[in-house]
Amino acid sequence: MDEMLLEINHLKSYFFTRKGVSPAVDDVSIRVPKGKIVGIVGESGCGKSMTAKSIMDLLKYPGRVVDGEILLEGRDLAKLSAREKRKVRGEDVSMIFQEPMTSLNPVVKVGKQVREAILIHQKISKEEAKKRVLEVFQQVGISEPEKRYECYPHELSGGLRQRVMIAMAMVCRPKLMIADEPTTALDVTIEAQILKLIKQLCDTTGMSCLLISHNLGVIAQMCDYVYVMYAGKIVEQGDVFTLFDHPTHPYTKGLLASIIHLDQLTDRLSTIPGVVPNLMHLPAGCAFCGRCSEAKEVCKTKKPELYDLGGGHAVRCFLTGEGKVSNE
Amino acid sequence: MKREVNTEAAAEQEALAAQLGESDTFLDKMKRMAANNKLAVFSAILILLFLILAVLAPVITPYSFDEQDLLARLAAPSAKHLLGTDELGRDVFTRLLYGARVSMAVGIIPTVVSMLIGVMLGMVSGYVGGLVDSVIMRLADVVLSFPSLLLAMVIMYTLGDGITSIFIALAVTNWASVARVVRSETLSLREAEYVEAARSMGVKDFVIIMRHILPNCIPSLIVMFTLNVPSAILSESSLSFLGIGVQLPNSSWGLMVNMGRTYLYNAPWISLAPSAAIMLVVLAFNFLGDGLRDVLDPHLKNS
Amino acid sequence: MSKEQKELLRCEHLVKEFPVDRKRSVHAVSDINLEIYEGECLALVGESGCGKSTLGRTLIQLHKPTSGKVFYKGTDISDMKPAEFAPYRRQMQMIFQDPYASLDPRMNVHDIIAEPLRTYKICESKEALTKRVLELMDAVGVPRDFLYRYPHQFSGGQRQRIGIARAIALRPSLVICDEPVSALDVSVQSQVLNLLKDIQANYGLTYLFISHDLSVVRFISNRVCVMFLGKICEIGDSEQIYKKPLHPYTKFLMNAIPIADPHLRGEEKQLLQGELPSPINPPQGCRFHTRCPYATDRCQAEEPALREVDGRKVACHLV
Repeated sequence: MDEMLLEINHLKSYFFTRKGVSPAVDDVSIRVPKGKIVGIVGESGCGKSMTAKSIMDLLKYPGRVVDGEILLEGRDLAKLSAREKRKVRGEDVSMIFQEPMTSLNPVVKVGKQVREAILIHQKISKEEAKKRVLEVFQQVGISEPEKRYECYPHELSGGLRQRVMIAMAMVCRPKLMIADEPTTALDVTIEAQILKLIKQLCDTTGMSCLLISHNLGVIAQMCDYVYVMYAGKIVEQGDVFTLFDHPTHPYTKGLLASIIHLDQLTDRLSTIPGVVPNLMHLPAGCAFCGRCSEAKEVCKTKKPELYDLGGGHAVRCFLTGEGKVSNE
Repeated sequence: MKREVNTEAAAEQEALAAQLGESDTFLDKMKRMAANNKLAVFSAILILLFLILAVLAPVITPYSFDEQDLLARLAAPSAKHLLGTDELGRDVFTRLLYGARVSMAVGIIPTVVSMLIGVMLGMVSGYVGGLVDSVIMRLADVVLSFPSLLLAMVIMYTLGDGITSIFIALAVTNWASVARVVRSETLSLREAEYVEAARSMGVKDFVIIMRHILPNCIPSLIVMFTLNVPSAILSESSLSFLGIGVQLPNSSWGLMVNMGRTYLYNAPWISLAPSAAIMLVVLAFNFLGDGLRDVLDPHLKNS
Repeated sequence: MSKEQKELLRCEHLVKEFPVDRKRSVHAVSDINLEIYEGECLALVGESGCGKSTLGRTLIQLHKPTSGKVFYKGTDISDMKPAEFAPYRRQMQMIFQDPYASLDPRMNVHDIIAEPLRTYKICESKEALTKRVLELMDAVGVPRDFLYRYPHQFSGGQRQRIGIARAIALRPSLVICDEPVSALDVSVQSQVLNLLKDIQANYGLTYLFISHDLSVVRFISNRVCVMFLGKICEIGDSEQIYKKPLHPYTKFLMNAIPIADPHLRGEEKQLLQGELPSPINPPQGCRFHTRCPYATDRCQAEEPALREVDGRKVACHLV
């Protein structure tokens, strides 16, 4: 068994709006082993970003974590003091975002922004910090680091900006990097570069990565272990080979079927009918039953548990897991 | 024969309407506001009340606005004089009603006129751009660079005293800021993808402005209106105070406030009554504006 | 797929530059020759900044070309006055990328779809207009009950359907689809792609499909045109190009797609190095040579012409 770096148990993050409570993250349990890349995949609004934000304590009003624990190396993050939390946030866990332009301050030189990230957490001189920044720039594949150090964000291309963001996340040598759709805003050729970089960094530094993406291709290429989320809940989890070779939940099957393969011509794409339900008006039974072609009577009335299928593969569906014991 | 066709069409349309639910008319919107926003309704009623009082002033009060009762100077509020009398024994309540005529008119008419001018020039300036934009905006800069009171005074001196001159003076000083705001809104809306979509369909520029740009400016227009009405009322009082606005013995709220200042300690009602009136009207316009903005925003419609 | 396809739109030496300041300009589209045939779906593929969107918009005269000509069924439309151009404008409609931004938030579905019909005064009466709008909603699969709803009340996929209804309302012959599914989720994306394919068949449309996503293009297009920095690299039958890309850039582009199969990942893929050069100051010679690992001295000096190779056209000295 791998040693766990991050354990999320029964996390619940809700949004309390005037119109009602929206369970953006509902009873989510995720494990990230040391040195591995774990993926969360799902469509927009499924709660994958909210899970990441809950870990980083970045939920904005009216959202907040209502229940569950987040353990980093066995320490419950919720029980830490504000100061310790800040320390964990920058040093042990760091996050990169989808849009590298809006995550950087446009009026401060990028080198200085990365240097600030070190100086917040470590008591070293500015010169040392700059040296460290240049090292990290080198490490993340920024050519001419001295020159780039003096650049403003708008002078860099999207790919370079994302590298700067990764550099900023890396300067304190975190144990876990959370990457929220890190390549969605980038072109394919640049995307491939960035993904390769993230993988390299994990391999060389022993860092773990929680990779959030809607792109099954990215997940398949990068992750060791995958969680599929739908409407705030994990509907299927397993190691990447099991999941792609033997998808079990109808939603996972649907997602995989709707992928377009370059080497074969199709006349019609397989689709999942309908749209993601509104989190505030979820059906009484399984959240997916309205779009599921295999739905039975029980799916409409009862909420399925997450059934363990063995070997770390688990699925939230009555059709496949019936009779099996829940993994709790 | 012809009638038959008509009824058939009407029946079809009726069936269609029944099937789809009617589209959202202005009346529906007002009803929705009445249901959801009591404060806005109250404000609307208050404004209406002030307008009615202003129009019906001679019927409501037994006194005339310049009728002096020198024996009852600075009399406190009583059954005879509801809000007391001023330094010449004129009934404050009566003067308040007559003053409402001037103040409401001064608040609304020049604001509407200046907004019409400002919206037109601002949209043309923002949408057309180039030389037209430069000319209009430099003109606006010139207007804005004068202290507005000074500019209004200059206009008043040139045109002479009187209510029409006040209207013109306030309209001329206020359009520039409206044009500025509308221009910047237009500039960003012009780049919106739905405007490009309209252009790609071949919709004419004038139609694009009226159909896509103007309606999307409405929220800021309402905010500007609710801010400009009170400021116009206050500008009028400043002008009157400087002696170039409404002339005694005529009455306006601003004039009353200023005249009463001298007697603030021994006869506070003289300025307090019109001050309260100004405050009420200003607040009412603000609340009504908020209500209107909400109800005109399609995002808040689904409930 | 017959050889004697009828040409619908053609451009010759089309150039579009956007001035940055007095001296410099962005070379978005540089000297492009292109034909679009009736009934086909031609895909414009490339990374952001390669000029594919600008080319699409310049072809239908949303941007005035800097130089060069555009012919619609043989008629030069690149230098027409607005009134003269109006009947051609009707024939060329557009579907936009962002279904959130391309619908006016203050208009309901009825008014949005009716806008093109009103502009060309297609329907005589209000009832006829509503009837036509409802038919269009049926055609794109938006329930009739939603006629008086506003855009924010719809999901992204439904909004894009409304955008499609608006684009086909005038029964155009050519529809420019500018990244119509890239803002949508995977499962919705395939719904909309199926719809686009159905609509093309039902209405006999010609598509110019602009996309950065090679897998989407694979599904919908017959012909592919790969662009790099304002120039065409490779253009031809999509079957052929996907089977055997010839231009190095096309190869890299296909190589870079993350494949949704974890078994295929061990192998080290050759990736393109570096970033897109600036379109303000494009490289001399072949515009791709700064990123191309096979570049020779000739590539730096001489610009490759688009020439016929293997039943398609390629602009590279090395093939």
